[in-house]
Amino acid sequence: MKQFETVIGLEVHVELATKTKIFCSCSTEFGGEPNAHTCPVCTGMPGSLPVLNKQVVEYAAAVGLATNCTITQNCKFDRKNYFYPDNPQNYQISQLYLPICRDGSIEIETEDGQKKTIGIHEIHMEEDAGKLVHDEWGENSLVDYNRSGVPLIEIVSEPDMRSADEVIAYLEKLRMIVQYLGASDCKLQEGSMRADVNLSVREVGAKEFGTRTEMKNLNSFKAIRRAIEAERERQIDLIEAGKEVIQETRRWDDTKEYSYAMRSKEDAQDYRYFPDPDLVPVIISDEWLADLKARQPELQTEKMERYKTEFKLPEYDAKIITGNKKMADVFEAATAICSNPKKVSNWLMVETMRLLKENDLDADQIPFSPENLAKLIKLTDDRTINSTVAKEVFEQVFANDVDPEVYVEEHGLKTVADDGALRSTIEEIVANNPQSVEDYKSGKKKAIGFLVGQTMKATQGKADPATINQILVELLK
Amino acid sequence: MSLMSLTAVELGKKIKAKEVTVVEAVQEALDAVEKKEKDVNSFVTVMRKEALERAKEVQEKIDNGELTGPLAGVPVAIKDNMCTKGTLTTCSSKILRNFVPTYTAQAVANLEEAGAVIIGKTNMDEFAMGSTTETSAFGPTKNPWNTEHVPGGSSGGSCAAVAAEECSYALGSDTGGSIRQPSSFCGVTGIKPTYGTVSRYGLIAYGSSLDQIGPVAKDVTDCATILEVIASHDTKDSTSVEREDYDFTSALVDDVKGIKIGIPKDYFGEGLDPEVKEAVLAAAKVLEQKGAIVEEFDLSLVEYAIPAYYTIACAEASSNLERFDGVKYGYRAKEYQGLHNMYKKSRSEGFGAEVKRRIMLGSFVLSSGYFDAYYLKALRTKALIKKAFDKAFEKYDIILGPAAPTTAPKLGESLSDPLKMYLGDIYTISVNLAGLPGISLPCGTDSKGLPIGLQLIGDCFAEKKLIRTAYAYEQTREYAHSPLA
Repeated sequence: MKQFETVIGLEVHVELATKTKIFCSCSTEFGGEPNAHTCPVCTGMPGSLPVLNKQVVEYAAAVGLATNCTITQNCKFDRKNYFYPDNPQNYQISQLYLPICRDGSIEIETEDGQKKTIGIHEIHMEEDAGKLVHDEWGENSLVDYNRSGVPLIEIVSEPDMRSADEVIAYLEKLRMIVQYLGASDCKLQEGSMRADVNLSVREVGAKEFGTRTEMKNLNSFKAIRRAIEAERERQIDLIEAGKEVIQETRRWDDTKEYSYAMRSKEDAQDYRYFPDPDLVPVIISDEWLADLKARQPELQTEKMERYKTEFKLPEYDAKIITGNKKMADVFEAATAICSNPKKVSNWLMVETMRLLKENDLDADQIPFSPENLAKLIKLTDDRTINSTVAKEVFEQVFANDVDPEVYVEEHGLKTVADDGALRSTIEEIVANNPQSVEDYKSGKKKAIGFLVGQTMKATQGKADPATINQILVELLK
Repeated sequence: MSLMSLTAVELGKKIKAKEVTVVEAVQEALDAVEKKEKDVNSFVTVMRKEALERAKEVQEKIDNGELTGPLAGVPVAIKDNMCTKGTLTTCSSKILRNFVPTYTAQAVANLEEAGAVIIGKTNMDEFAMGSTTETSAFGPTKNPWNTEHVPGGSSGGSCAAVAAEECSYALGSDTGGSIRQPSSFCGVTGIKPTYGTVSRYGLIAYGSSLDQIGPVAKDVTDCATILEVIASHDTKDSTSVEREDYDFTSALVDDVKGIKIGIPKDYFGEGLDPEVKEAVLAAAKVLEQKGAIVEEFDLSLVEYAIPAYYTIACAEASSNLERFDGVKYGYRAKEYQGLHNMYKKSRSEGFGAEVKRRIMLGSFVLSSGYFDAYYLKALRTKALIKKAFDKAFEKYDIILGPAAPTTAPKLGESLSDPLKMYLGDIYTISVNLAGLPGISLPCGTDSKGLPIGLQLIGDCFAEKKLIRTAYAYEQTREYAHSPLA
């Protein structure tokens, strides 16, 4: 049987986190009444003109630098002409001839722990389209231009990936880089990161690429994985049946786990790209670029190294915590308050991860404030609460971001710290359990466990077991 | 004597001196429009009510000292491709016949700020595509010198309105000669400024890299004064430039001693009407007598300007005009099946023949497989033409020639042969390709009594030299009012 290799390249659209649109000063805020965030420019009114938002260039160049691209210091915008009502001018302002970033790469880790470099062909800036709303009762469609003109970058990879795992690793790495730069929140579900998969198969050892298809409408990592696997199978089946793979764009339906052809290469439109005469070339000076480089925030690899040296975190902890920007932010903020990095790390890696998973949340969605985690750690450090209570309180911190100090106080969860009161409780328990005392004294050291348990019961779990143990040993001398 | 026979600056002075009120001036303009429109048809929309209300408002501001500029209270007409908030802006096209903009073009806003009173929107070739104002969906404008002749185009409505004295001055736009050629045909003065001098924000684009708004008036003083008001660095237009000089009226000096004027031999060859040639060369003689140094030279590349221009302008237009699709505003076909049929029918019914021709031409030169051979080659040609001018301006301050090869043709003679019509742009279009400023001013009439225009071309940002030279020439003549004035 023939062995096939999958060849995958990605086109990833990332919505940039600018406050205003790419060519006008309308807000990019999500939601809002339809067409609330619009003006003559982003609705394509006659006579309106685009003016480039410099922050878009800064984010695009920052992503380019972080992905080892060459920055095009004299780049231009082009018009991509096609008619569709969500595209108010009937051309999209994009970059074809001189994109802002070219020839980059990022390193991913494959399943077997090997490092692999994935090439980045180019990154270009462009504007998003509006949204068509179909009237379910009538024959009309309505257009909402709130998203029209929201800035995007499209990151086009080389066809360097060979499996769904590599694709996911690439996307996760890319997402992490972009999030670290603060250039986007990269939420697949909300569409602020969208990936189109270009896939072909060929026999192992073949030099030429096979015919590729482009898959659209992939809204989650799971969908991407399923789509890749299904498309690989589909293409192999075609080839083995002696049929040809047709170069076409296909739309993935994740609920049916099936893709269908949208348009073939033959019906591909001629976009009649040409330089947009309304926009002057973007000239990036050496000084500006040097300044941007100097201002690049710490990326994951550097942060990981710093966590190992500055906070003495083990490699494993450092890697997991820096694996997500939000988690790293929570870690640093909580550590700054409680000065106990290892404990912060433990809470994040064990309890936080568990609860995120249980609630089907992403690390980006960590719901509590670092202040409250730090307070909780302080409460355990000074033995105000014991670890069992701490876990209980943490669930509340996670669920409702409660202030642990207030919560512990209100619910009377403090460890019984009053030595006198605890001592008299223990004396009472010792008096009521002569058999256990006998056993202990006769050498059955384990019998003390029963007495500790009884004390915990009597204090409703609020006493510190170590303290009980210590007092018992004294009393039973 | 009508107040409209005064220049804009003269009328502004009378208003300032309280010899006339703004309402009186505006009323006179409106009366003139009322009387002459059936003969000239320079307007698409006349803003009677708005203009009179605005006149009162402006008068108040003049009285309380808020408005002191030379154009305060003076009635103006605006070419119908500049957006005016709340007022129909049609580009003389059926596809925009019901379009009311929500904002005002920056150049118009600058005029309003200076106290101008807009009396209406002027007729033009549809989307500024044409040289006769006959491609308007609202009927042709006629030449006030002889209503059997065209006023030129595409700013034919603005130039005819000024020549017929229906307003004191007007704004036009010039993509390939659309201010200078009709100014020449109508015996008025018009400036096409250096690209980037006047904001294009709110000017409905034809060829974005070539379009410039400019003044049309009776004389150079008016044009300099208007340009001073409309020119501004506008952050809403990325191609707007911040100039060092906006004080164009400071160049109104009657002195051309030592100014070096080059006459391109290439502009005086085949196709040039002998009467036009004679009048233009006579004007050069006048300037020479006033102390200018005049000599002939070879500009070169002149024959490539027309193909390069029509390639670039049509390419940009094919994309600029895509937004007129019947979806958001403007004309939508009454009956259609589905989205694409709606696009097709709305555009087929909404655009006129010349616009369709240019959209097709532009779409063709941008299509894959032809882009390099046509569009890119045209861009390279444009760069070479700019170089040829750069070389000329190393030697000369001003280039002098005709604005058009002939005087105004008769109505109905031009559209049947579009290629011939395109050739009429030969002296004006290279100025747009090179981004240069140009002025057209009257220098005589032909044996039919039709005006002849003299064109002066300056280097980029050298409007002041242009104004100075034109002003000095103008001092040797009297302004000739058209028979319809």
